Amino acid sequence: MIPVLVIVLCTLFSIPVLTLLTSLGASSDGVWQHLVDTLLLEYISESLLLMTGVGVLVLVLGVLPAWLVTMTRFPGSRLLELALVLPLAMPAYIIAYTYTGMLDVAGPVQSLIRDTFDLSYGEYWFPPIRSLGGAITMLGLVLYPYVYLLARTAFLEQSVCVLEVSRTLGASPRRTFTRVALPLARPAIVAGLSLVLMETLADYGTVQYFGISVFTTGIFRTWFGMGSETAAAQLSMVLLLFVLTLVILEQWSRQQARYHHTSNRYSALPRARLTGWRSITALLYCGLPVLAGFIIPVVQLILWAVETWALIDTSAFFTLFFNSLKLAGLTALLGMGLALFVAYGRRLFPTRPVRSGFRILGLGYAIPGTVIAVGVLIPFAWFDNTVDGFMRDNFDIATGLLLSGTLVAVVFAYLVRFLPVALNTIDAGLGKIKTSMDDAGRSMGLRPMQILHRVHMPMLKGSLLTAALLLFVDVLKELPATLILRPFNFNTLAIRTYELANQERLAEASSSALMIVLAGILPVIILSISISRSRPGNA
Amino acid sequence: MRDFLELKDLSVNLEGNPIVKEVSLCLAEGQIGCLLGPSGCGKTTLLRAVAGFLQPIGGEVRIANCLVSDVTAVLPVEKRQVGMVFQDHALFPHLTVRNNIAFGLDSLSRKQKDRRIGQLAELLGISTHLDTYPHKLSGGQQQRVAVARAIAPSPRILLLDEPFASLDVLLREQIAREIRQVLRHEEITTLLVSHNQHEAFAMADVIGVMREGRLVQWSTAFDLYHEPATPYVADFVGEGVLLEGRIRDDRSVETCLGTLSDGSRHGFQAGASVRVLLRPDDVVLDDDSALTAEVAERLFRGANFLYSLILDNGSRVLSLVPSHHEHPVGTRIGIRIEPDHVVVFPENQVVPD
Repeated sequence: MIPVLVIVLCTLFSIPVLTLLTSLGASSDGVWQHLVDTLLLEYISESLLLMTGVGVLVLVLGVLPAWLVTMTRFPGSRLLELALVLPLAMPAYIIAYTYTGMLDVAGPVQSLIRDTFDLSYGEYWFPPIRSLGGAITMLGLVLYPYVYLLARTAFLEQSVCVLEVSRTLGASPRRTFTRVALPLARPAIVAGLSLVLMETLADYGTVQYFGISVFTTGIFRTWFGMGSETAAAQLSMVLLLFVLTLVILEQWSRQQARYHHTSNRYSALPRARLTGWRSITALLYCGLPVLAGFIIPVVQLILWAVETWALIDTSAFFTLFFNSLKLAGLTALLGMGLALFVAYGRRLFPTRPVRSGFRILGLGYAIPGTVIAVGVLIPFAWFDNTVDGFMRDNFDIATGLLLSGTLVAVVFAYLVRFLPVALNTIDAGLGKIKTSMDDAGRSMGLRPMQILHRVHMPMLKGSLLTAALLLFVDVLKELPATLILRPFNFNTLAIRTYELANQERLAEASSSALMIVLAGILPVIILSISISRSRPGNA
Repeated sequence: MRDFLELKDLSVNLEGNPIVKEVSLCLAEGQIGCLLGPSGCGKTTLLRAVAGFLQPIGGEVRIANCLVSDVTAVLPVEKRQVGMVFQDHALFPHLTVRNNIAFGLDSLSRKQKDRRIGQLAELLGISTHLDTYPHKLSGGQQQRVAVARAIAPSPRILLLDEPFASLDVLLREQIAREIRQVLRHEEITTLLVSHNQHEAFAMADVIGVMREGRLVQWSTAFDLYHEPATPYVADFVGEGVLLEGRIRDDRSVETCLGTLSDGSRHGFQAGASVRVLLRPDDVVLDDDSALTAEVAERLFRGANFLYSLILDNGSRVLSLVPSHHEHPVGTRIGIRIEPDHVVVFPENQVVPD
């Protein structure tokens, strides 16, 4: 029974991608040909430029700080070790809105320059924030923590002995870093990089706001501008090809990382204490990403929120708040339950179909929200129309929209995209419960349900909570799928932030944005601490 | 022979706790020394201080008569020319065996490098694995690669930290013997650390027994076994029991097994109460002997039986007997005492634990 359910679930969750696949053969009345002739090349080249820029930036911001906080001590290093993860709490579109408000022509920075030097607009050069460079900077600032986290884990797991051997063979600490530590961490860094690039491809809020023609903005334009859902689906398939490459890269690197595992014996890390200009350089290098990616935008949001406090329509704001809470809470609970079910399913019935189902369900995180939304809307609309037509013909009842345009569609899309997060968390938790513990429980006379209650649940509690929390915050932040699939007039914090920003009412968007960021901090901190603790001998 | 490695009153703290306390020792050029002791006795810390990973809080380390560590300064590890082999081998997983060995050979030309690698690979029997990655090698092969890598740059001192602990027992002694030959061939002064006396005996010219951060005795394996300086050493190295005794004259001591003497002076006052070390090989089976004891326990060890015998006065002795002498538990057998070395300790100095 359980294996069958796992496979049914897996099939259900594959509907969006399968829908897009079938669209490949469909006709788009010339829209696709038009895309190929005109915009497709631009989408591809801009996407590649964006990925390259973000890729370089996250490596610069992520790798060296990871090494510095893991292997050295300097003033503030312990705090920075945790704080470097904070920008992960900041959705890219929110940081983009914030910096635009600060750095645009009318913003405080350019105003100050004009006042100080008595210049007027056009008489001086200032880097335009609404540009490809701006998008690269914004995405890089909030996505580098993926590289930082995975690199730090890799550095933490490296056997100290391997580094020490290198020293005894005559290599200086710097050479040891470039010749031993860095090559050993490379697979982890590449895995982090591919996650960053997936997120870059999935981003809609930032590129839309900056007016950059990449895949996600192209899909929106094709559907809502040119009115061709088939061409939008076909464009989504091209985007999925890019994503697939990244997924393969990521999985391959994780495989490699296993061969690069150095030791199961850990001794305490000998952290070198930096002094003088070295410590100041390290502090600046590690402090800058936190400052630019988190502290400055949060301070700006707070300032705006205080400024616009009086303008807030309290009851409308509470509606937004509860809508977000409802969606995020519902998805978190459902996702936690489903993930628990699937993870147990694989533990109890590790047959080939169940294991493949598990892996397929785990791939949703790679699919951009825009793509999932397109893949959900098409079949759901078809279902609604079919049922409606059938009921009209036979019973003269109009059923209208049953799935599309309801919360069902939204939550389903969220689950397809974010279930892997919960699945991985719970599966890792379940992995810590060795089967020998079950056997030990049974030998002491416990029935299976008692084992579940007295052994598994206490051990799993933490993972379940983490999974729910991660889901909750991911949903809170999600923009493109919500935008496409939400019921008419149903607003959330993320949607409201997006709408206000697009009406150039950036300051008013701040209170919603701030709520999203604050909620996002919690799981980020939990994640960071759990990684620090993961290394034996690192108490 | 000059003293090549010299530690003088070396003391090392870890996080404020004294771990190594005033250890002094010397190794001559080409000698292999071993620090032997239970885990936590400070032997690995001592080794790491010699390597330069830790700074002493007292005393000094000299290599080839050059001061490399004292309280004020530490020569960085990479400038010391010490080779080190770690317990888990610590091979670089991202490099082939060849490149692992080549890691410390940057100063050599390509040709010299290849020659050195070929020579070491031959010596250690890993020539066929040069282009494989470490994770494909067995534990023993990894061990050999780790040694080859460490001695490739011809270090002045080689340090081995529990080098054979991760190998299975059958492999240990064979590899220890092979590596000893390589070290002899390369004439490398070596200091190793072990908690296993068989390993120490198989490898080292000089062995130091450590206890709670102090070096208790620094001498040859033969002397450690037959003339231990303290009951602790006697207990840690080899087996045996301590019998109560009373000094009869300046060369002999009275025990319940009769008067024992090896002809040398023991330095105690006549009439003093003492304890006498009796090794299992000092107690010989003799069917004609008037002295008998009851077999309380026996351990089959292949070539030998180790009998645990109860004497008439209730004290126990151990006896190592060729395994064709089989006596069931509970039977009485005749024994004779044949001590080559009579080791006498003062009565109040008891074996710890």
